[in-house]
Amino acid sequence: MFLALRELSFARGRFALMGSVVALIAVLMVLLSGLSVGLVNDGVSGLKKLPVSSFAFEAGVDESAAFTRSMVEIDKAEMWVDVPGVADAAPFGLTLVNTRTDRGVDIDLALFGVELDSWLLPTAATGSDLSGPGQILLAGTLADEGVAIGDVVVVDQIDKELEVVGFVDGQHTFGHVDVGYVDLSTWQEIRAGARPGDEVPNHVYRWVTAIAVLNEGDAEPDVAAADEMAGTTTMTLEESFGASPGYTAEVMTVQMIQWFLYAISALVVGAFFTVVAIQRRQEIAVMRAMGASTGYLLRDSITQSVILLVVATAVGLGIGLALGAGLSATEMPFALYPSAVAAASAFLVLLGLVGAAFGVLRVTRVDPLTALGASR
Amino acid sequence: MTTTTTETTERVGLMMSGVTLLHADGENEVRALDDVSLTVRPGEFVAVVGPSGSGKSSLLAVAGGLIKPDAGRVQVGDADLVTASKRDLATIRRTQIGFVFQSANLLPALTAIDQLRLPLTLGRVAEPRDPMQMLEEVGMADRADRRPHQLSGGERQRVGIARALMTRPRLLLVDEPTAALDSKRSQEVVALLAREAHKHGVATVMVTHDRDVLHHCDRVLQMTDGKLAPVDEV
Repeated sequence: MFLALRELSFARGRFALMGSVVALIAVLMVLLSGLSVGLVNDGVSGLKKLPVSSFAFEAGVDESAAFTRSMVEIDKAEMWVDVPGVADAAPFGLTLVNTRTDRGVDIDLALFGVELDSWLLPTAATGSDLSGPGQILLAGTLADEGVAIGDVVVVDQIDKELEVVGFVDGQHTFGHVDVGYVDLSTWQEIRAGARPGDEVPNHVYRWVTAIAVLNEGDAEPDVAAADEMAGTTTMTLEESFGASPGYTAEVMTVQMIQWFLYAISALVVGAFFTVVAIQRRQEIAVMRAMGASTGYLLRDSITQSVILLVVATAVGLGIGLALGAGLSATEMPFALYPSAVAAASAFLVLLGLVGAAFGVLRVTRVDPLTALGASR
Repeated sequence: MTTTTTETTERVGLMMSGVTLLHADGENEVRALDDVSLTVRPGEFVAVVGPSGSGKSSLLAVAGGLIKPDAGRVQVGDADLVTASKRDLATIRRTQIGFVFQSANLLPALTAIDQLRLPLTLGRVAEPRDPMQMLEEVGMADRADRRPHQLSGGERQRVGIARALMTRPRLLLVDEPTAALDSKRSQEVVALLAREAHKHGVATVMVTHDRDVLHHCDRVLQMTDGKLAPVDEV
């Protein structure tokens, strides 16, 4: 510590320069972490809020587009209820529609079709619960966009009218689109493209998107056997996120940027401490001649890099959080989770240390003989 | 060869006998040190002169435990440098040996007073000296908070000498202390070395080119092609 601290203060310009680079990377890390969580929420927060363990889709469905492609017969729900370890199973419909309210607000919606007495149906935070066909319960965030209870939402092309009866609390989205809950039969009519007054054939009411399954406590039902029996393909709730439009690509893109940042940070820090070590060769040789042990020299240099990395990351974190607080208030899909931010920061420091270690290890290779004048 | 006075172990600062150091020079093997024997009593100030490449630096390197000789014995105080492990050598250098380098080689980040504290941070020291008192002794008390770039060459060398004495070493090894100094400063620095050696009873070996400072020394030896011989006229 003795030398490490004095060198930090003596060469503060140089260390400040390096620290700013790390701090800027930390700012970027925080913003990316927020963006990554924000995108995930925007993509699948509606699914996350469902009290569901897994979805049973049509057998052999394309897993990246399961919610839009799958068609399952409604009576398979009863087959799933009987599977050991399954607490309950219910039909679930999902379709994306363009709508407009009677006050002229355009809204894109992900319609979740559920039975009125289903355990899938959330209760309203404002207004009243969904109680009959032709009603819609909307994501709370839409209340801020000029939609009010009593408005009528009209589905484009088929002119189906849905009365807004209430809002659920908070963000409910699927594929960056707000969620609206409707009665399953209403959902089936919309999905079939039935206009008001049309004769709806009976088979329309036989199909849903998937069977939502809830496990008993921590039970793990034999999914393979149940799929075999019911003729379905099951994905857990988390697996089904990948079936949300764009979800996988977005998450992977952000993750890739994050990994590149970690690598860049480690390399930059490594290069810096390598240069510092080379510059200090004569000094190190003198200290070794004076009897400084390798352990002392390593401890000193590593202390220095830990201080630099921790302080710089903390400063970056502070700036990032301040910027993030600003961004959260905007339309950007942005949300900061303390755990995600803490993990990113810890990782940044850790990888920085790995980089620094490469530079710092050079001190072990300095020959104390070089402290003496010329050659022998 | 030189002095063969038989001293008791306690009275020995440095004792080298029959030391030979080889090093490869292309295909030839050069004897950097050729059967060198040298005993320096505590408080004795010995100068070694000789042309470049004669083996003066090798002598310091071997006496300081930086290289092991190919043959012979080296003893500092009661520590045997030839049988010691690398780790033990570092400890012996830290506690028993002080180095004064050519251009002082102070650490740029440290103030004069911190330069003196540094050797005490490297590990446990039995009887450390007081850094401020030591600075006073070399006449640098009023420069305690200056960093090396704010000091003159002579001042840097004074701090270097004080630093080398902080742990009360048995042996002080001095490498061309006047190389970067004008003649007035050279006289002052070497006089200081002589005074400190005598006052603290440190066996001191100084390697130098500078014949004008030899009158401060108790004994002068000449190094030629790895061989050490006494010089009579001082």
